[in-house]
Amino acid sequence: MDSLNITNGDIILEFIYLLAALLFVVGLKLLSSPESARRGNMWAGAGMIMAMIATMVLHRDGVGNTIKGGNLVIILGAIALGGVIGGVIARKIKMTAMPQLVSFFNATGGAASALVALIEFSNPDNQSILVTLLGLVIGSIAFSGSMIAYGKLNGNIKDIFSKWMTYINLLILAGVVLIVVLLLTSGMPAESKQILVYVLLAVSLVYGVSFVMPIGGADMPVVISLLNSFTGIAAAMAGFIYQNQAMILGGIFVGAAGTILTLLMCKAMNRSLINVIIGSFGGGGTAADREKGIVKEVSATDAAVMLNYSKKVVIVPGYGLAVAQAQHICSEMDELLEANGVEVKYAIHPVAGRMPGHMNVLLAEADVPYEKLVEMDEINPDMPKTDVVVVIGANDVVNPAALDDPSSPIYGMPIIMVHEAKNVIIMKRGMGKGYAAIENYLFYADNTRMLFGHAKDSLQKLVTEIKAL
Amino acid sequence: MESILQFFFSNKEAIFIIALTIFLGLEVISNVPSVLHTPLMSGANAISGVIIIGGIILVGHADLENITEGSNLLNLVLGIFALLFGTLNVIGGFVVTDRMLEMFKKKKK
Repeated sequence: MDSLNITNGDIILEFIYLLAALLFVVGLKLLSSPESARRGNMWAGAGMIMAMIATMVLHRDGVGNTIKGGNLVIILGAIALGGVIGGVIARKIKMTAMPQLVSFFNATGGAASALVALIEFSNPDNQSILVTLLGLVIGSIAFSGSMIAYGKLNGNIKDIFSKWMTYINLLILAGVVLIVVLLLTSGMPAESKQILVYVLLAVSLVYGVSFVMPIGGADMPVVISLLNSFTGIAAAMAGFIYQNQAMILGGIFVGAAGTILTLLMCKAMNRSLINVIIGSFGGGGTAADREKGIVKEVSATDAAVMLNYSKKVVIVPGYGLAVAQAQHICSEMDELLEANGVEVKYAIHPVAGRMPGHMNVLLAEADVPYEKLVEMDEINPDMPKTDVVVVIGANDVVNPAALDDPSSPIYGMPIIMVHEAKNVIIMKRGMGKGYAAIENYLFYADNTRMLFGHAKDSLQKLVTEIKAL
Repeated sequence: MESILQFFFSNKEAIFIIALTIFLGLEVISNVPSVLHTPLMSGANAISGVIIIGGIILVGHADLENITEGSNLLNLVLGIFALLFGTLNVIGGFVVTDRMLEMFKKKKK
């Protein structure tokens, strides 16, 4: 475009791109505080729509032609179709399925980047082959990796882990690098390069699969966040091809923000990113030398009495609550107890649910007031004063092994100190281990009572019993 | 190696901007309560759908008159898919983020 005269349209387009990039930054900044979050999302969305419309109206190709009517119809058609599908899925999906949905949308972004790069590779005017290939590789990995993460969160794909996977992954990655170098340096004819690019696409897709496959289901949020930053980087690479500032800035910005978010999530679980990726988690827990003690059961009737005559009750919700779709009945029990003069609070672990903040969304959906949700660090000092803690479908986040058992895989992870409360009621389906597959000695503690059964049924019984009191 | 150095020199302005953008990205996110991690990830995910602009450019300048020549048709079809996927990412991403945040708002009165 340098050889052409610069028109007013070009200047306006660049100006709008600048504005859009600034709106992305402001939007994400506002998104990081609860009061302004919703506005932030809207600003970022407005920036995106502005950039899209401006591109359709003002963008000119290398010889100075703007987008023609026929092409515009196709563009608008594709956007309308994608918009309707995306909008409907986003509106209809259950809140419990939120994490896999984010993963799915991330996959589509990665696929779009990979496709753009694939097409641009065969464009003879394209001078930026290096970034094109990087966009193709990173976009494909983000796509296939996110689809695997989606499958794992949705329960369609089981964890497969073996020590070999690490080596196989390194081998595949080496293959990717080799093909990229070959495409950049060798003087092979264009037809052969075109075939090799398809091979590169295939190998990158395989790498995405084998990269996410050995990572445990519980670590998927971290992986999605990481793949999200990949998608951003892939978009930025495509931005280089077009020298498009909105794409470059937006993509890199998301890449950086996604990376730091990934690290923050790792920190909340007290794990390093390397540790998550290598996947040394799960199993282990060698502290078999400890006294197990006896598991003490409690009936719904007794539990109802305990709760109803308490002053302070804390509910610790976990993913089990969400899968059992029990958040509404839980909120009902909470209202009943409040009506009888019991103070009820919810203790939210940073990684409760399948994603940080996921539990807050689920409880908010069940109309639990915002003020009742207390973060771990705030509620822990109150634990010794709490009469009854009800743990619903949570396990690892209340496991005292994280405090005192250096051999435990979760050692060092901050936990909710429910063992300090006067009484603990644990609602569980059975004596199975939690997601991290670690023995939980809390279950055998003197002040712990187990209420076995499906979370929703147990809560329903509790509600009936409390009403009957 | 040479192509990398050449790439650096011919894109030096962009690379300066990128270095600063990375820093900006890190700063903006650093102090976020964990409650907002999910919406934030989802919002950032929607922004990464900016690749849709690439899709618009591709399909926008596709040569419809000579569509049967060479790989024009294949590229157009792939471009349309890129646009479709990009839109899914953008629209779906922003809508789902808004839905999550709407809930935080509701009970806050």
